[in-house]
Amino acid sequence: MSNIDIPSQRSGTMAGKAKASAPSWLAVKWQIMKAHKHSYILMSPYMLLFAIFTVLPVIMSIFISFTYFNMLEFPRFIGWQNYSRLFLEDDVFLIAIKNTILFAVITGPLSYIACFVFAWIINDLRPKMRAFMTLIFYAPSISGNVYFLWQMIFSGDRYGIANGFLIKMGVLLDPILWLKDEKYIMPIIILVQLWLSLGTGFLAFIAGLQTVDKTLYEAGAVDGVKNRWQELWYITLPSMKPQLMFGAVIQITASLAIADVSIYLAGFPSVNYAAETIVTHLIDFGTIRFEMGYASAIATVLFLLMLGSNLAVQRLLRKVGN
Amino acid sequence: MKMALTLRKKRVNRSFAGTFWMSVFLAFVASFMALPLVYAINAAFKPLDEIFLFPPTLFVRNPTTSNFIDLMTLLGQSWVPFSRYIFNTFFITGMGVIGHVLLASAAAYPLAKHRFPGSKLIFTVVVLSLMFTPQVTAIPNYMVMSWIGLIDTYWAVIVPAFAFSLGLYLMKQFMEQIPDALLESAKIDGANEYRIFWQIVMPNVKPAWLTLVILLFQMLWGTDGNGFIYSEQLKTLHYASNQIIFGGIARAGVGSAVALILMSVPIALFVFSQSRIIETMTTSGMKD
Repeated sequence: MSNIDIPSQRSGTMAGKAKASAPSWLAVKWQIMKAHKHSYILMSPYMLLFAIFTVLPVIMSIFISFTYFNMLEFPRFIGWQNYSRLFLEDDVFLIAIKNTILFAVITGPLSYIACFVFAWIINDLRPKMRAFMTLIFYAPSISGNVYFLWQMIFSGDRYGIANGFLIKMGVLLDPILWLKDEKYIMPIIILVQLWLSLGTGFLAFIAGLQTVDKTLYEAGAVDGVKNRWQELWYITLPSMKPQLMFGAVIQITASLAIADVSIYLAGFPSVNYAAETIVTHLIDFGTIRFEMGYASAIATVLFLLMLGSNLAVQRLLRKVGN
Repeated sequence: MKMALTLRKKRVNRSFAGTFWMSVFLAFVASFMALPLVYAINAAFKPLDEIFLFPPTLFVRNPTTSNFIDLMTLLGQSWVPFSRYIFNTFFITGMGVIGHVLLASAAAYPLAKHRFPGSKLIFTVVVLSLMFTPQVTAIPNYMVMSWIGLIDTYWAVIVPAFAFSLGLYLMKQFMEQIPDALLESAKIDGANEYRIFWQIVMPNVKPAWLTLVILLFQMLWGTDGNGFIYSEQLKTLHYASNQIIFGGIARAGVGSAVALILMSVPIALFVFSQSRIIETMTTSGMKD
């Protein structure tokens, strides 16, 4: 027991040694943990906050979703009622699900591919140009809520850029109320979301491309790789798999959480709920109607949807190339 | 292909036509990406009569700084001194960034360099938390905040930012590439874990710090209080500027000026730290 306090990096060998002599599995674990007490101390402040602000709320949300809760009275257990109401009675929620999935299916893969394709093209540029182009593509995602600028571009009167331009070209005679017309709301939000979506994933791809071993390309050229497309498929993509997985998580999660753009551009609620998403529905019930149990059920559905699609895509990507 | 090789020795397998068309494509999309930002810059310098010109113009003809002067006048009249909003945002951003970099690095070091009971589980949970957004936990978060008594304080925004999971993830991945030999030798020299962390690990992960700084800065610079802050004197710059931006037609010029100022700060920060951020992102991959 005396030599246990020396921190060891090789807990595996220690566990092996201890197992031969120590009495119980629990005691062995405890000794290893004691040996690593500095690690736990270093982690504890972060992990405490992480538990309080991320782990605990997820668990609470799942529990609250089975109750009726209005923030004033103590939550009352009502079983699956929130969920049955959500899927069987709430027509707007079904629109929200439809919109969310539509947004995700379009912006998710498109933004993912865009992140990669532009990172790939930019990577071939000279360093100065590369830095400049990276900035151009990345800037929208870091400049805060500048997407309100799109509101000026798609403004419903003829002073809006889009209307003014189209009227001048003779395409339109009268201005279109872009953001009040159900036909146009979804495509505009998708466009703006794509504009915003070259963020962390894009940077990860740029970085990933720079780490691909240069000698692989030369070796590939000798082995008969004929053009850039073959090079991309046989050399670049397989070497970047870890970044591709990371980028997928970032893009999928973002594509399922579309709400701010919808609220800013289409209004809240949007015309005939044309731009309602799961998140805006959640905001509606959580911050306006104060039906916290019901809102938590929406949050839980969103949680499962995000986690499920991420894990599914991870599994899929892991298979690629194996 | 031989010619391409002699022309640009750098890369093989690049046809001239392919490069040309890809450059055209890139330029086209880049101008789409830049359009709103170019518009924002120009709008901020437009005199009032140009803002409502028909047909609308993209580029300013008679640039003026009157929007910025109007902004100053407007700021002088606000009920809470405008400097207070600026202070609030700087305080929240500064505290959040410093706290997050310190706490996330401290947690990332053992996760990257040691194996101990629970380390794998903890990291898995952190990765899982990248897979959903904060909206999922908004309601319980509010309850937790009110239990701890942080509602309507700066800390309601700052403290959760400490535990931002993407920062920990990137930091941990970056720390893994520090050679073990370096840490071993420090240990032989008699340094304890805390000294190794502070004097060996931290100076070696400067690019990762910068990345965390940028990510957090971006997040906190644009915060409107996340629904936790109600007192006018505690509200953020972003909140105040939104009120100007949504002031409608009369504020169109001033709104553009505010927008330009707000967005130029994170962009400038990125310009200065781009290469360090890219360096950090090289280790961002997920290795099962």
